[in-house]
Amino acid sequence: MTVTDAAADATPEGVGDPILDLLNGFIVQLRAAGLPVSLTENLDAMQAIRHVPLEDRETFKYALAATLVKHHNHWKAFETVFEVYFSLRGDEYQIGDELVELPEMDEDEQGDQQGSGDQQGGGGENLTPEELAEMLYQSLMRGDQQMMRGVARQAVKRYAGMEPGRPVGGTYYLYRTLRNLDIDGVLERLLEQEQNEDGEAPSDFEQRLARDEYQSRANQLQQEIEGEIRRRLVADRGVEAMAKTLRKPLPEDVDFMHASREEMASLRKAIWPLTRKLAARLQRKRRHGRKGPLDFRRTVRASLSYGGVPAEPKFRNPRPHKPEIFVIADISGSVAAFARFTLHLVYAIAGQFSKVRAFVFIDGLDEVTHMFEGVEDINEAVHRVNTEADVVWVDGHSDYGHALGVFWEKYGNEIGSRTSIMILGDARNNYHASESWIIKAMNEKARAVHWLNPEPQSYWDTGDSIVGEYDQYCDGSFEVRNLRQLEAFVDNLA
Amino acid sequence: MSHRFSDVAALKDELAGVDYLSDEGIAGVVYLADRLQKPILVEGPAGTGKTQLAKSVSEITGARLIRLQCYEGLDESKALYEWNYKKQLLRIQAEGGSDEDWTDLSDDIFSDEFLLTRPLLEAIRSEEPVVLLIDEVDRVELETEALLLEILSDYQVSIPELGTIEAKQIPLVFLTSNNTRELSEALKRRCLYLHVDYPDMEREKEIVLTKVPDITENLADQVARVVRSIRQIELKKHPSVSETLDWAKTLVLLGVEKIDEQTAASTINILLKYQSDINKALKELATADGVTP
Repeated sequence: MTVTDAAADATPEGVGDPILDLLNGFIVQLRAAGLPVSLTENLDAMQAIRHVPLEDRETFKYALAATLVKHHNHWKAFETVFEVYFSLRGDEYQIGDELVELPEMDEDEQGDQQGSGDQQGGGGENLTPEELAEMLYQSLMRGDQQMMRGVARQAVKRYAGMEPGRPVGGTYYLYRTLRNLDIDGVLERLLEQEQNEDGEAPSDFEQRLARDEYQSRANQLQQEIEGEIRRRLVADRGVEAMAKTLRKPLPEDVDFMHASREEMASLRKAIWPLTRKLAARLQRKRRHGRKGPLDFRRTVRASLSYGGVPAEPKFRNPRPHKPEIFVIADISGSVAAFARFTLHLVYAIAGQFSKVRAFVFIDGLDEVTHMFEGVEDINEAVHRVNTEADVVWVDGHSDYGHALGVFWEKYGNEIGSRTSIMILGDARNNYHASESWIIKAMNEKARAVHWLNPEPQSYWDTGDSIVGEYDQYCDGSFEVRNLRQLEAFVDNLA
Repeated sequence: MSHRFSDVAALKDELAGVDYLSDEGIAGVVYLADRLQKPILVEGPAGTGKTQLAKSVSEITGARLIRLQCYEGLDESKALYEWNYKKQLLRIQAEGGSDEDWTDLSDDIFSDEFLLTRPLLEAIRSEEPVVLLIDEVDRVELETEALLLEILSDYQVSIPELGTIEAKQIPLVFLTSNNTRELSEALKRRCLYLHVDYPDMEREKEIVLTKVPDITENLADQVARVVRSIRQIELKKHPSVSETLDWAKTLVLLGVEKIDEQTAASTINILLKYQSDINKALKELATADGVTP
């Protein structure tokens, strides 16, 4: 790795070589995880760690993060790499032979248990499942960090059933541990306890607050358990292998079609800034673009300062250009995940532009603009679109030709020279007629027709995909499978 | 060059001394910025105390705070410097009759005397220590960002007629952004990055306790809990720290000791500013089951 070598040479002395090697290795891992770490940032990080105490893990971590991670969305990826890479370094994180037996840590646990009045005879080794469950209960009730860590260690040791060299992912162990701990059951117990103490039944509101409190503690515990499993796995398999298994795509690279629930939520959050950007782009074009007609009055007024010579002609502000956007989205099963996302996008776009009309189709087509209007909750709107829109004509399999036909017949006259049309779909037509002349006719009337396709470009025009037939009449077809591509599309649009 | 802060823990205490409750991350990055002499780019949701951080740091270091509020259409003459052309005109007219050489005159009218300093130049030329706050940098256009690059990386400003003006002292620079658009790579590369998120429950409680006079610990705890629960709901706009504080103050004024559903419902409009959010939050809070994970 020549880049990092150069960086190492350029670093002032004062930092021992082992640290530099360590940091270089870490940066290689970060880059492998997709984070864009530049050479300057690498140098900054090396500078930074000279100024922080290396024993202080948190400060060390923040020092690296401040210099290496410049995007909030990348934080999670950074954290994972950090935890894996430095999991076996630092005093309190030494495990060494711990896979065989647990060292001093158990002393702490014992202390805690005795403190809580929990009579505990032998060392942590001899905990019965009941005792472990009691410890779990106590730790959650009091929100005791130290104790949770102890529980996590014990639980992983007892329930995860980790065997060295077994090629199983961390999630499997996590699942096994959690299933055995039955955290949900413990939560229920804690909540009941809450009620009994009060004497009177708490209101729903109070219950809700209590539940959130315990839930957040439980999440903390789960993180401890994850950390414990990860540490053991790293000890077993080595840093590189582990970093590789834990590597996940960055948020902007997550495929819309295969996004998990959690990823979907963060995608939704990312859409808002994107539409603001889109609006800002179009607005800016408006301001910096061609000037309006000559403003005679202001020109004469300005000429007075030049002794009556109209040296500085003034122009009227150009008429604001109000873009009109038609979004036509395929919501058939094959692109269901994408469709859900596009509906969110449509909703977000509608918040930024005054004239947005939305249409959805499978083999029939229906306008759904009104379903987004005045609806405050997007999920409700999406639900209405999916249940109420009249989009099935014959069999509920995509028929682009017929859907476009319906569109042209019903709404074709409403396309004007200011209309931008966006079609979202995979152009998999189930071997029906393409009716691509409609796209041609649409493009003649409209300002632009763009096609966003959630399929990888290499799949285009294979099987029943007829992207090519439509593409020849569009202003452009774009592969939009993740946020990065969507952003690139928005950037190019204006 | 001497450093402003001795170590992270001390900095954290000093910040707490001026009622700014930081955490490891915040204090650590500010400390590093001083040591590495780099600007800090602070990002995060609105109302999490990004601007306040710069103010508090200027307070504990006793440095002058120079603030540049960014907006769309900000240009060189508002951010860096401008020639005082009226004064220049006067100067030329005053010389009108005499036969002074033109080159002398032009040298003269492009001198320090006719230069109007704007915040960025001011921060550089100041003799005493300065904290420079470039607020809401995401509001300027991408092209305007380039104005900042020279000052951020080299602490200098080049004026074609005068030459390069270098900093007399290295100011501590904070840039804040609400993340309404992606800042350019060039800008990010020059800065340390700090993301300030909503505080966790414990810290928020501490903040409420320090900032709201006469609040009981019990009430502060309840406030922090309710706000945390609200932030877990998917809303258009989550309550910011300043809104939490406003709410806590209101509750104190109303003499509330225990927050129940009634009080929450009647005062929630201080926390949430969209009717849809209010409706949703009230509905959610009234269900005991909590968010399904």
